[in-house]
Amino acid sequence: MRINGVEIEDTFAEAFEMSGARLIVTAHTQSWALTAAQAATGFATSIIGCGCEAGTNELAPDDPTPDGRPGVAALFFTTSRQGMETQLLQRVGQGIMTSPTSACYNGLASGDAIKVGGKLRFFGDGFQSSKFLDGRRLWRVPVMDGEFVVEESFRVSKAVGGGNFFIMAEGIEAALAAAETAVGAMRSVPGVIMPFPGGIVRSGSKVSSKYKGQHVSSNTPFCPTIRPLVESALPDGVEAVLEIVIDGLEEDLVGEATRVGVVAACLPGVVRISAGNYGGSLGRYQFHLRELVGT
Amino acid sequence: MGCLACAALMLDRGGITLYRKESSPIPVEADSICPDRFLGRGPAEIAALPAYYGRRRVTLGDLFEVDGAGADNITVTGDLRHVKKIGLGMSMGRISVTDDVGPHLGAYMSGGEISAERSAGDWVGAHMKGGRIVVQGDAGHFVGAAYPGEPRGVTGGAIIVGGNVGGEVGARMRRGSIVVGGDTGEFAGAHMIAGSILVFGRLGARPGAGMKRGSIVAFGDAPKLLPTFRYACRYEPAFLRFYVRRLEEWGLSIDSVAADGCFRRYLGDTNQSGKGEILVRDQSQ
Repeated sequence: MRINGVEIEDTFAEAFEMSGARLIVTAHTQSWALTAAQAATGFATSIIGCGCEAGTNELAPDDPTPDGRPGVAALFFTTSRQGMETQLLQRVGQGIMTSPTSACYNGLASGDAIKVGGKLRFFGDGFQSSKFLDGRRLWRVPVMDGEFVVEESFRVSKAVGGGNFFIMAEGIEAALAAAETAVGAMRSVPGVIMPFPGGIVRSGSKVSSKYKGQHVSSNTPFCPTIRPLVESALPDGVEAVLEIVIDGLEEDLVGEATRVGVVAACLPGVVRISAGNYGGSLGRYQFHLRELVGT
Repeated sequence: MGCLACAALMLDRGGITLYRKESSPIPVEADSICPDRFLGRGPAEIAALPAYYGRRRVTLGDLFEVDGAGADNITVTGDLRHVKKIGLGMSMGRISVTDDVGPHLGAYMSGGEISAERSAGDWVGAHMKGGRIVVQGDAGHFVGAAYPGEPRGVTGGAIIVGGNVGGEVGARMRRGSIVVGGDTGEFAGAHMIAGSILVFGRLGARPGAGMKRGSIVAFGDAPKLLPTFRYACRYEPAFLRFYVRRLEEWGLSIDSVAADGCFRRYLGDTNQSGKGEILVRDQSQ
């Protein structure tokens, strides 16, 4: 199967069940809302070393924020509910509460509740106060520019992490152009994030290593510089590979983002689109490329 | 709305309709008009529930025509100006009152909704624990307040009055929300322990006297505050924007922009803990 002359490999991305949370971050201006959300979702590229995967989502014009101010959604994905609580406490506390004029609200309608604002409130040193309305409790923590408003609990729901596809191209220019275009298109899909820098990862990994104690290592079959030394997965003519990893709040959203991204990535200089899997034995979800883009 | 034909029209609302048979200044205690009491009962059994007509023990059937079925949606209509305690202690369902209604509407209620299409008497939602009361007209004194001798009044839920209210709205309230579309009388939030009172008209004199915590918000004019309230700052309270937008979602005709500006924050009453707040919208903006 080919799109614009680009081969779509008959394979699938294997993804895993994760815990997902969606926070709405608001501020006096859109710029400061984004700054706060980016601070909270920074250093969250991979669950391997960051504790969570996270990113931001623009809000639709018909999706007003809880307080009517400019805002942005911040999505977080962890392997466990407990891990989510730890991450959100640190990231909301250090990334959002510290940012001028910010406020932070739960952005999911259902799921298990984890207490975040209910713990951050102690920063108020006894001068914090709460408001309870419509089943939602807000904490008002006095800070130097006024008040930090944070919802007592955030919802955590089952989510999907690790959707992916590879862009194999004739060179880094073509690979980068295709990946950037794909990520730009995928950002229109709500409820998903591409957690790596700019949405793109160059250091894809495999879950094995020759070194004791090292659980993951570079995805050597896809590394062009060592092509003669390994059992290479690179077709002839491929000189650079970039990967896009997708986490989403729902399986359908990850599938849609994959479809949008793969189609958008089929640009001149791209040889093949592939995906990473473990033979289907580890992950609960499979995203078959050809099924998604239509046969 | 003064005839049985009108009562029949009320059946269009579904549920059970009670139409007051006569007008009388004699007070009626009708705490039986409550979804919890109607549950599992047909019209005849509902008509047999007790009420007081002055000092005389009567039945609801002596005072009201009862028609329809379904306990969770009750419509009460007719001359209700002297009918007290409708919805007392209700925990579920809905009561719609189409005419002016007497005191103690929804007192002690813990769930469900009461909608009064016109005005209500004193003590609306006294000691309310949950649910929602919406009065589209005016309400009397002591809305959401504590009865004399009781340490705390409202402990949950929301009371919304579209018009004016009398004195001591929210007195000794412990939790919950009271929204007043018009003006308030004196001593709004007196001895308030916590909770929120939002006033879109003019806030009456001496608000928050003796309050410990909680919020009184004046979107309109506010009087000179008691000397036991101290100015803190002028700022934009984000929680208030959240609050007003939830009220809008409830279908209340509130201008959410009213909460978008700056407010002057005063803390008091320093005769108590001093942690209560009165937010006065900065009219200079």
